[in-house]
Amino acid sequence: MKDYKSYSQVRKDLQEGVTNCVALVAYYCERINASKTNAFLEVFESSAMESAKLVDQKIAAGTAGKLAGMVIALKDNICYKGHKVSGSSKILEGFESIYNSTVVEKLLAADAIIIGRVNCDEFAMGGSNENSAYGDVKNPIQLDRVPGGSSGGSAAAVAEGLCLAALGSDTGGSIRQPASYCGIVGYKPTYGRVSRHGLLAYASSFDQIGPLTHNVEDSALILEVISGMDEYDSTMSDIEVPNFSNLINSDTSKKYKIGYIKDCFDMTGLDGEIKSFTENFIKELSSEGHDVKGIDFPLLEYMIPNYYVLTTAEASSNLARYDGAHFGFRSPDAKDIDSTYVTSRSQGFGPEVKRRIMLGTFVLSAGYFDAYYTKGLKVRRLIKEKTEELFKEYDYILMPTAPTTAFKLGENSDDPITMYLQDIFTVHANLAGVPAISLPLGSHSNGMPFGLQFMAAKNKDADLLNFTSNLMNRES
Amino acid sequence: MTLEEVLKKYEVVIGLEVHAQLNTKSKAYSADPNEFGSVPNTNVSPVSLGHPGTLPKLNKEVINHAIKLGLACHCDITREMHFDRKNYFYADLPKGYQITQDKTPVCRHGYVLIKDADGNEKRIDLTRIHMEEDSGKSIHDQDPFDTLVDLNRAGVPLLEIVTEPVIKNATEAYNYLIEVRKLLRYLDVCDGNMEEGSMRCDANISIMPIGSKTYGNRVEVKNMNSIRNVYRAIEFEIVRHAEILENGGEIYQETRNFDAPSGSTIGMRGKENAHDYRYFPEPDLGGITIEQAYINQIESMLPPLPNFLYKKYINELGLSDYDATNIVENRDIALYFEEIIKHTSSYKNAANWLMGAIKSYLNEMSIEISEFPIGADKIAQLITLIESGKINNTIATQKVFPEMLANPTANPQDIATKNDWIVQGDSGEIEAIIKGVFEKNPDETKRFKDGEKKLAGFFMGLVMRESKGKADPKTTTQLLNKIIETL
Repeated sequence: MKDYKSYSQVRKDLQEGVTNCVALVAYYCERINASKTNAFLEVFESSAMESAKLVDQKIAAGTAGKLAGMVIALKDNICYKGHKVSGSSKILEGFESIYNSTVVEKLLAADAIIIGRVNCDEFAMGGSNENSAYGDVKNPIQLDRVPGGSSGGSAAAVAEGLCLAALGSDTGGSIRQPASYCGIVGYKPTYGRVSRHGLLAYASSFDQIGPLTHNVEDSALILEVISGMDEYDSTMSDIEVPNFSNLINSDTSKKYKIGYIKDCFDMTGLDGEIKSFTENFIKELSSEGHDVKGIDFPLLEYMIPNYYVLTTAEASSNLARYDGAHFGFRSPDAKDIDSTYVTSRSQGFGPEVKRRIMLGTFVLSAGYFDAYYTKGLKVRRLIKEKTEELFKEYDYILMPTAPTTAFKLGENSDDPITMYLQDIFTVHANLAGVPAISLPLGSHSNGMPFGLQFMAAKNKDADLLNFTSNLMNRES
Repeated sequence: MTLEEVLKKYEVVIGLEVHAQLNTKSKAYSADPNEFGSVPNTNVSPVSLGHPGTLPKLNKEVINHAIKLGLACHCDITREMHFDRKNYFYADLPKGYQITQDKTPVCRHGYVLIKDADGNEKRIDLTRIHMEEDSGKSIHDQDPFDTLVDLNRAGVPLLEIVTEPVIKNATEAYNYLIEVRKLLRYLDVCDGNMEEGSMRCDANISIMPIGSKTYGNRVEVKNMNSIRNVYRAIEFEIVRHAEILENGGEIYQETRNFDAPSGSTIGMRGKENAHDYRYFPEPDLGGITIEQAYINQIESMLPPLPNFLYKKYINELGLSDYDATNIVENRDIALYFEEIIKHTSSYKNAANWLMGAIKSYLNEMSIEISEFPIGADKIAQLITLIESGKINNTIATQKVFPEMLANPTANPQDIATKNDWIVQGDSGEIEAIIKGVFEKNPDETKRFKDGEKKLAGFFMGLVMRESKGKADPKTTTQLLNKIIETL
C-alpha cells in the first residue's frame, strides 16, 4: 500500500481500481496497531469497515460523495453517534454519544470513512497533549518530543500516516500549533464557519473545528464539506459556503499586501532559527513581488492574558455539566448530591482542567467580574477592531505559528506560564474570530519541522486557502 | 399580635416575582415538545439532557410571547438584548447553568392596573420581565432512598415578571396575581395554573414602622401553590415580622418555604448561604435585535385585554361593576360576550343571559364556555326575539333555551314558531281571551272591578293557560286593566 499524502492520489487510485476503501481501512488499522505514538484512543474498526464496503459499492456505482474513501480521524471531543467520546478526560470515561455532531453528519454524507478517535489534551486544554487522562502522545518525528496540543493526537496521526486526515478543534491554536510541531497543515476556519454542534465545548466563543492534513488542498476540500449553516448552532455565519476546493490554484500570479507584526520578532522565547527563517521568508515574498510590510500592533502583550481570562470563564461554565449526576464518571465516594459533585469532579478532572475551571470561576465571581471579565470583553473588542483595521490594509498577516519547535516530553510540565506562551501567535486569530493556517514550511537544525502562520480577514477562508496553496506549490 | 394591630404601627412592603410557563409548542432552546404531564424523561433530546456538545437554539415564539406580555403591561421593549448564564449546581439542572436574562431583560418598567383593598384603581409598577428556561423536577417522595429527576420540564420557557416593592398588603398581592393571570390567559401565552405550577409566585416581604424611610430586612417566601396561599403567606409573614420586632429582635434576611397545611413559613437558607451565580453573557446564543416593525406587528394583533373590556362595559355599555367584573374574569366568557354583542345592542340582557342561564348550564354540566354548544349569534337572536316581544322571558328560559341546547344549530325563531310559542302579537286575540275569562268568572270579575287588585294574578294565570303561555305578561296586565274599566 502506498503511503498516501493527498486525497487526490487516493481518489485517483480508488477510481482506477488500484486500491479500494476496505484495503485502505485495513492498511490504516494495521499501522495504528503498530504505532508507538499513542495517538489513537480507539479504532472504530467495525463501523469503518462497514462504511468502507458501502463506499466501495458507491464508487463502483459512480455515486460516491466528495470525500469518498478519505480515511479520517476525529479528535476525541467530537461526537459520533453510538461511539465513545471522552474529551480525553476520566470524567467521561465510557461515555457514548447518543447523537452525531454536524461535522460527522457531513463527513459521512460525503462518504468519508471515520477510522477512530484520537487523543488530545483533556477538554482541549493544553499545548502538548500531556494533559490527557489516557496518556501522553509522542511526536512521530522524534518520539521523545510532544506532538503539540491540544489536537496532538490528530496531528501525530496524520504525520505518522495512521489516517489521511483528521479533524481537530482550535480554541487558541490547538490545530495550528500541533500541525507546526508535526510538520503538517492545520487550518482554523473563521469563527462561525463550521458548526460546533457536537463539539465538546471548551470556550464557546473561541472554539472552531478544522482539518489537519498533509496539504492545503485537502484542508480546503474538508472545509468545503463541513462548513455551512446549521440549525443547531446559533453562532454561525449565514454567508454562503464557497467552493473552497475549486477556488484553489486560481490566480497564481496575483500579488498581495502582506503584513507582519514587528513585535513578534522581539518576543523573548522566540527560537532564533524560527525567527531568521521567518525573516528570510518575508524577504522571499517581497522578492516575488508581494508587498510585505512590518506593522505596529501594540496589543500583542495583551493577547495571552485576555485569552486566558475569557476562555477560562467560559470553560468554568461549559464544564459544569460534568457533575457525576447525569452521565459519565461518578465517584464511588459519592454519598449525596453535594459529595457527588465534589468527589466526581475532584477525581474526574485532571490538574490543568481544574486550574482553568478555578481561574474561570474566579474571574466570573461577584466582586471580580468587572475587573476581569468585563475588562476582558473590552480588550477583546479592541483586538477585534484593530484586527479588522489591519485587514482593511493587508490581505494576510504572517507570523510564526509557535515560538519553538516541539519540545521534549515533560520539559514544560511544571511551568504553565511557559506553556501558555506557546500560544502567543495563535490566540490572536481566535480572539478576533478570523481564519488562520499553519503551513509546514520550516525545518530546524534539531530535526524538527515548524510552521508559518497566515491569518486573513473574517470569512476570507477561500482567499487564504487559495493563496497558501499557491505558496506551497510554487516552484523554487 | 393580630394583623390589625400590626397594620396600625407598621407599613408593609411587598414585591412579587411571578414565573409563567409559556404554552409554546416546543421548549425555549430546543425542539423538544413542551407538554405537561408526559411520562417522565420522554420530552427530552440531547439538548434537554445537557449532553456534551449540545447547543441552545432560541425558539422565536418565546420572544413573541414575551413582547405580547410586555406590550399588555405597557413596558418598554428592549431592542438590543442577549441572554446570560446563571451558574449553579443542582440535580435537575443538567447543564450546570440556567439560560436567563440578567443585564438586558426583554421588557422594562410598565405596570399592571389592579383594585386596591378599598376597591380603587392602583398601578403596580413592574421592574422587568425577562425570558428564561425552567429546570427539571427533582422528585423526593417517590423513592425511599434516591431523589428522582424528571427532565421533561428542563428547558421549558418561562417569563419572570418582577414588580417594584409597591404592594402594600395581601389583598393587593392577591388582586395583582388575579390580574396577571387574567393577562396571561387573555394573551394566550400561559394557562396560569398555579396548582400545576405553570404559574408560580415568590414574594419578597418586609415591614417598617409607619413613616420610616428605611426598609426593613426582607424575606423571600417560596412554594405557594395558589393565589390564596400567597395571601396567607403574606399575612403570616407580616405578623411574624412584627412580633420579632416588637420583642426587640431583628429580621433575619432569608428564603422561607410556605407550608400550606399549617399556613406558616419555614426558614430554608440565609443570605450568607446565597449563591454567587456568576452571571455572564451566554456565548452560544448571539445578541438579538428586535425591530420596531416586529413590535408593531405584535401590537396590532393583541387581543382586547380585561382592563380595556371592563372600562368599555362600564362606560360604553352601561353595565354594572358587578356584571363587568364577572364577565372579564374569564377570557373565554368575555370573548363570548363580545360575540353576542356583535349581534345585539341589548347589552344588559346579553349580560343577564350569559351570567344567568348560560352560566348555570355551564356549572350544572361542569363545562367551560368553549364547550358550550350554542353559538353566540343564536343567543343574540334569542335576545332579539324577546326584545321584539315575540316571546316572553319565561317561554325563552323554560322552553326555547332548552330546545336550543338540544338542537344547537336551530334558529330560536324557528323553534318558537314550530312549537307555537310566539306571543299573540295581535292584542285582539288576547282581548278576546280576556273577555272570555271575565265572562266565565263573573264573581271574580265583579270583585276585581270593585277594586280587589290581587285578583289580577288570578286572571293572569287564566289568560296564560288559555294562551298556552304565549301571552306577553305586560300586555296582558295592561289589557286586563283596560277591559275591566269598560265592563
